[in-house]
Amino acid sequence: MEDIDAIAVLQDPVRRRLYEYVAAQGREVGRNEAAEAAGVARNLAAHHLDKLTEAGLLESGSRRLTGRSGPGAGRPAKVYTRARTERSVSLPARDYRTAAELLAEAAEQARLDEALYAAARRRGEALRDAGAPCGGLDEVMRTLADRGYEPHLETDAAEGDAHGEAAGPVVRMRNCPFHAVAERFPPLVCGMNLALLEGLLGTDGPVRARMDARPGECCVVVESSGKVVESSKTNTD
Amino acid sequence: MTAPAPAAHLAELNVAVLRHPLDDPRIAPFVELLDPVNELADHAPGFVWRLTEEGQNDATGLRPAGENFIVNLSVWQSQEALWDYTYRSGHLDALRRRRDWFERHVEAHMVLWWIPAGHLPTVEEALERLADLRANGPTPRAFTFHSAHSAEEAAAHGTNAVSVPRAED
Repeated sequence: MEDIDAIAVLQDPVRRRLYEYVAAQGREVGRNEAAEAAGVARNLAAHHLDKLTEAGLLESGSRRLTGRSGPGAGRPAKVYTRARTERSVSLPARDYRTAAELLAEAAEQARLDEALYAAARRRGEALRDAGAPCGGLDEVMRTLADRGYEPHLETDAAEGDAHGEAAGPVVRMRNCPFHAVAERFPPLVCGMNLALLEGLLGTDGPVRARMDARPGECCVVVESSGKVVESSKTNTD
Repeated sequence: MTAPAPAAHLAELNVAVLRHPLDDPRIAPFVELLDPVNELADHAPGFVWRLTEEGQNDATGLRPAGENFIVNLSVWQSQEALWDYTYRSGHLDALRRRRDWFERHVEAHMVLWWIPAGHLPTVEEALERLADLRANGPTPRAFTFHSAHSAEEAAAHGTNAVSVPRAED
């Protein structure tokens, strides 16, 4: 299916809600759960989830969901995750990806890391519009969501990490907006991403961004810096 | 990506030219990271083995490729395991600062190749694979992350065994 046809499948508002819900979970989602989240009947949800799978926007599998009981508990349920394939449509046709890859390749060969990070930091600051540094993790979540990072709050304190001083909640991101180029030139592009986020969120305010790469997620986490601590650390989302 | 045959492991060699001697203060941040980052590797999923100097925890004292060249030679269960350690762990933050410590690479500086599980590659073998990559470009015998070959391809190419001499092409 061509990108434009796959994207057109999302025109239906129920499908779009289902897609967005599944994508936001970052894990396998069953039909009942998706139906409930989208506020539609299970059969309708199942129909649309399968349409989304046919279009290549979701992937489906079957899994024995935990905690099931009663009749039919032994039968595996159908579950859905977002497909990793990127879809995009540009009218008129544009190819910024090739441009980005070529520029990154040249920057890598010319060792322009520092110049790139400086440009990214300036861009982040410009996006912040000379406002104050980000005031807390709730604001971080909104700011990052606006830029497509798909942030989520992780409160799990047990982090096997060398930095682990403040074991408070951290904001992690499911999506890398620079994925294809980051895969090709990881240190260069991930460093650029960190500098961009430092500019965007500020480096001397109540939150700080640092690199903490994990498989399948953005390389950066954002946490409270311990400075200017007000009680906005409660996680209401 | 096809899963490698269970009997094959992936070997990796990476060479880097230090900008200053290891005891230079400008290299100190790199030296400080050696133990924690090696510790990370030792516990990374899919890690099999890494070269160390006898009685040491790392291989920075070995200079088989020249006085300023430090080498990193390791073995992994799969290419995904090596990728996740290299670029999706605390190792990435060290890589981000590589320009502070290492000279620019003019030639390929990292090579991957398949080995029979249980085999531990020698430095000579590793340097020969790097030379192969530099001379011939990526092949199933010596390749890179971005021009990868599966263990099956390497086997079909007759290059999985360590001692197979390469036919002239």
